[in-house]
Amino acid sequence: MFTKQLTGRRLWIAALIMPPLVFVCLFIVYPIISAFAYAFFEWSGLARGDFVWFENFHKVLFVEPFASRTVNAFSHNVFVFFALMVFQNGLGFVLAYFLWRELPGFRFHRIAVFLPVVLSTIVVGFLWRLFFHPLFGPVNAGLKALGLGFLTQPWLGQDTTALWSIVFANAWHMVGFPTLVFLAGMQRIPGEVLDAVRMETQSEWVKITKIVWPLVAPSATVVFTLLFVGAFNWFELPYIMVGLEGSPHGSTDVLGLYFYRTAFGNQSGAPPDFGAGSALAVLIFLFIAIVAGTLTIRMRRREIEL
Amino acid sequence: MKHFVLGAAVLAGTALSTFGAMAQELNFWTWRAEDKAQYEQYIDTFEAANPGITVTFSSYESTNYFSALSTSLTGGTGPDVMMVRSYGGLETISNGGFLLPLDETNVPALAGFSPAAIASETSRTDGKTYAIPFASQTMLVIYNKDLFDQHGITEPQTWDELLAASEKLKAAGVMPFANGTATAWQNESTFHALTASTFGRAFYEDMIAGKADFTDPRYIEALTKYDEISTKYFPEGFVGLDYPSAQQLFISGLAGMFAGGSFELASFATQNPSLNMGIFAAPGATAEDEKLGSIYFDGGYAVNATSKHPEAALKFANYLASLEFGQAFANGLKNISPIPGVTFESELLQEVSEMNKTAIPYIMFVHFRYAEPSGSALLQAEIQKMSAGQQTPEGIGKVITEGVAAWYEPFQK
Repeated sequence: MFTKQLTGRRLWIAALIMPPLVFVCLFIVYPIISAFAYAFFEWSGLARGDFVWFENFHKVLFVEPFASRTVNAFSHNVFVFFALMVFQNGLGFVLAYFLWRELPGFRFHRIAVFLPVVLSTIVVGFLWRLFFHPLFGPVNAGLKALGLGFLTQPWLGQDTTALWSIVFANAWHMVGFPTLVFLAGMQRIPGEVLDAVRMETQSEWVKITKIVWPLVAPSATVVFTLLFVGAFNWFELPYIMVGLEGSPHGSTDVLGLYFYRTAFGNQSGAPPDFGAGSALAVLIFLFIAIVAGTLTIRMRRREIEL
Repeated sequence: MKHFVLGAAVLAGTALSTFGAMAQELNFWTWRAEDKAQYEQYIDTFEAANPGITVTFSSYESTNYFSALSTSLTGGTGPDVMMVRSYGGLETISNGGFLLPLDETNVPALAGFSPAAIASETSRTDGKTYAIPFASQTMLVIYNKDLFDQHGITEPQTWDELLAASEKLKAAGVMPFANGTATAWQNESTFHALTASTFGRAFYEDMIAGKADFTDPRYIEALTKYDEISTKYFPEGFVGLDYPSAQQLFISGLAGMFAGGSFELASFATQNPSLNMGIFAAPGATAEDEKLGSIYFDGGYAVNATSKHPEAALKFANYLASLEFGQAFANGLKNISPIPGVTFESELLQEVSEMNKTAIPYIMFVHFRYAEPSGSALLQAEIQKMSAGQQTPEGIGKVITEGVAAWYEPFQK
C-alpha cells in the first residue's frame, strides 16, 4: 500500500517535471552544447567544413583584426562593470540607507527609485538616445537653460563621452534594483542589534561600516554577482543607443555587440562567421561562469549568520 | 467492407498524386513583408499565364531572414525561389551548394543585364551567377528644391559651387546638410555620395586593376574634401546625430541637402508628400569632371538547386527576369529595376536610372565586404576618427589599405 502510494507520487512528480525539463534541454542545453560544437568547426557561409580543433579560438584571441577587437571589447566590459559597481550599486546602497532611515519623503522615493526598473530596456535605450540628442535633446537643452551652454556635447558621438552616457542610462534604469535588494537586507537586521549599537556610539559612519555593511553581505553577494553577469552580457542598451558597430569607431564596442556582429553579420561587415562567433560565445560563457562562480563562493564566506 | 476501405484509400492516393503532379506549388521567400500586396499581384499575373503553377509568398523580417533561410536550406526544406543578398552575402548561401546556377541557357533574359548587375549575383568562388538582380541603389545628393529656389541656388556644377551653395544656406539660417555620422554606416554612404566625382572613375579603375590603393592622392583628396564639407556644413554636433534624426531634419524641410542613397527617395516622399525633391551627383573640382553616382545592387531572386519542381521554379525565375515584371516592379514598388528597357513613372527615378548609366560601383560594398576586416568597417570607423580630429586623410588611406591587405591579394606586397 505504502509503496504503491509512493510510486503514484513519484509518477506525479515526474509528470510535472518532464515538460519543463524537456523544454530546458531542447531550448537551453542543446543550443549551448551545439554552440560549443560549432566553435570547433570551420565554416564557409552555411556549409560546415572540417573539424579544426582550437583554430577559431586562436583566431579570436590572437589573429588580427579579431584579437584587437576582442581586447577592445573586453576592456570596455571591464570598464562598464567597475563604473556600474560605483554608480549603480554604490548609489543603490546609499539610497537604500536613506530609505531605511526613513528620511522625509521616503515613501514616495521608495517607489520613485524603483519605477525605471520596470521599463523595458528598449524603451530606456530610445528614451536616453533622444535625451542625449545633440540638437534637440533635453540634456543639452537643460545645460543651456542653466547657462552652462559651453558644456553641451554630442554625447553619443564622441569617444570620450559615448560609453559614459550609456553607463549613465544603465545606472538610471537599474539603480532601483540594488536599492531594493539592499533595503530588504537592511530591514532584516534585528532591532536588538541596532539598539545595542545605539548604546555604544552615535556615529552613523561606524554604524554603516561595522554593522549594516557586514549584515547586508548576502544582498551584496546577489547584487555584485548579477552586476558582473549583466556587465559582461551587456547588449541591448549599447545596441539601441550606438548600434552594432560600437560607434563611434569602436569606442563603445562590448563583447555582446562584437559576438553578434561576428556570428550573425551586420550590414557593413564581412559575411557572418559562425566559427569565430561561436568561439567568442563559448569564451564569454566560460569567463562569466568561472568568475561569477568564484565570486559567489568567496563572497558567501564573508556572510555572517545571525 | 475491408476491401472497400482499401480501394477507397488507393483511389484517394492516386487522385492526390495526380493532382500533385498537375498543380505545382512553389514557395517564394522574401524579406520584404511591406511589399506583400504588390508581390501578390505579380504572382497573380504569373499564375494566370502559367496554369498549374501556384506560388506562395512568405516573408521574414529582414534581420532574421538570413538565419531563417539558412536553417531551412540546410534542413533540406528551403523555398523553391527566394530573395538572396548580393556580393559577399550571396556567397554565404551559394557556397553551400544550395542554389541553382543561372545562365543564358536557363534564364535567357540574363544576357541583357549590365555586367555590373550580373557581377553582383555572381560568386567569386566559382564564377557562376546564382540570382536575377532585382534592384539597384545609387549614392547621390538629394536636395530640397523649394529651399534651393528660395535662396537662388541651382544644382552645383563644381565642388566650389557646392561649398558656395552650402555657405549661402548656412548664412540664411538653413542647415546646408541634414547628415549626421553617429550611425556608423552613414559615414560610408555620405562620403561616397559627396566625393565619388572627386576621386573619380580613373582612380576606381586603377584601384581595381591593382595599380592603385587607398593611399592614392585622388582618394586622399576625396577624404580631405569630405572632412572640410562635413565639419563646416553638417549640423552642429553631427558626430552625435543618428541616421533617423538626420532623415527627419531633411524631411521636415529644416535642411537643404541630404547626402545618401536613392533608397531614401520613396520613404522621404511618403513621409512628407509636399516635399519637393531634386537629386544630383556631387560635382568634382571642375565642371568638366564627370559627375558620378555610386551604384550597388541590393539582392536577387535565386532558385533552389533541390527544388521539387525545378521546371516550374525556372519558369517563375524567368518571369522575374522579364521586362513585364521589371516594369510592374518599378511602378509598384518605386525601385530601380536593373532589367533593361524598364522606364520609370517618377521623374526622380528616371533621373537616377540615367545617372546609373555612368555610375561607378559603391566601392566598399561591392568589393571589400568579403572578409574581415571589411573595407566598410574600416572606412566608417576611420572617418569617425577623422571627424573627431584623431585621424588624417593620409592615415585613413593607410589603415584601409593595410587592413584589407589581410585578405585582398592585389594589396599584398
